[in-house]
Amino acid sequence: MAEVMEKTALFEFLCRMGDNTLILGHRVSEWCGHAPVLEEDIALANTALDLIGQTQLWLEYAAEVEGKGRSADDLAFLRDVWDFRNVLMLELPNGDFGQTLMRQFLFDAWQVVMLGHLVRSSDTRVSEIAEKASKEVAYHLDRSRGTVIGLGDGTEESNARMQAALERLWPYVGEMFASDETDAAMLAAGVAPDPASLRAEFDAIVLPALAEATLTVPEGDFAHKGGRDGGMHTEHLGHILCTMQWLQRAYPGAKW
Amino acid sequence: MSREWPLWEIFIRGQHGMSHRHVGSLHAPDAETAIRNARDVYTRRNEGVSIWVVEASQITASSPSDKGPLYEPSESKVYRHPTFFDIPDEVGHM
Repeated sequence: MAEVMEKTALFEFLCRMGDNTLILGHRVSEWCGHAPVLEEDIALANTALDLIGQTQLWLEYAAEVEGKGRSADDLAFLRDVWDFRNVLMLELPNGDFGQTLMRQFLFDAWQVVMLGHLVRSSDTRVSEIAEKASKEVAYHLDRSRGTVIGLGDGTEESNARMQAALERLWPYVGEMFASDETDAAMLAAGVAPDPASLRAEFDAIVLPALAEATLTVPEGDFAHKGGRDGGMHTEHLGHILCTMQWLQRAYPGAKW
Repeated sequence: MSREWPLWEIFIRGQHGMSHRHVGSLHAPDAETAIRNARDVYTRRNEGVSIWVVEASQITASSPSDKGPLYEPSESKVYRHPTFFDIPDEVGHM
């Protein structure tokens, strides 16, 4: 019985990791061909591809753990809104370039901290995926941090846009540090840290960068939630899935 | 004052022991961003182990119209080419 519980929790945990990177990867890919300059366009496309690559690793393992014969593709393209486990921040529309980069920065910082713990996971598959992903994510953070500082401490307009982005996104940060019985099971099994325990490390990355960007962190610790437990996604997730999944839905099993 | 980002010339070293080669140019607001942009534009297929960036305006180039006086005098001086030495195979790449 304990084994079944743990398997269910592990599947849930892996979906959370994989759905975060899947949904953000899809959002970032929406910039392809639309970024303000060519260099940023390529960089965003690279980031999106990295995230989709990580998704493949997480969801492939999730599908194996589940043991119902589903593949990573099945999980990505054939689940519905209520089965997705990404945090809400990542499904929000991109907004302007500043908001996209602010979201990237906040998520990159969380990923760097999370993966830093997962490389020591008792589950070797998890630690291998974390090891591979952490190099990509360290670069993502380097880039998004630099851009947030550059735009925050930039012109009057870029500063105002970055401050607006921070105010829009800050209430979504808390969900990345929520924890429940799945996290407790992962902690007990030595698979993953309790997300709630990661906040200080996250703050140590994010707060100095925001200060350097001359941005003001909003007050209050209200946190939207409902993404990572699938309780209540925003209206935006359904629209993403519609774009992302229509081909497999319309032509089941189509390959190229 | 232009509001465009300055142009940077990008040099990539493909492997250890080789020299940096000019691969192209891109725009960036500062040197650190130029390095990151170069990483994303020019090394995504595993092309490099080292990147140099130089602001294009910092490069002083010879004038194409001077090519006669600059280069033609060396054309007829074969004795400047060290082609008369036998190089042992063990020396390898030079």
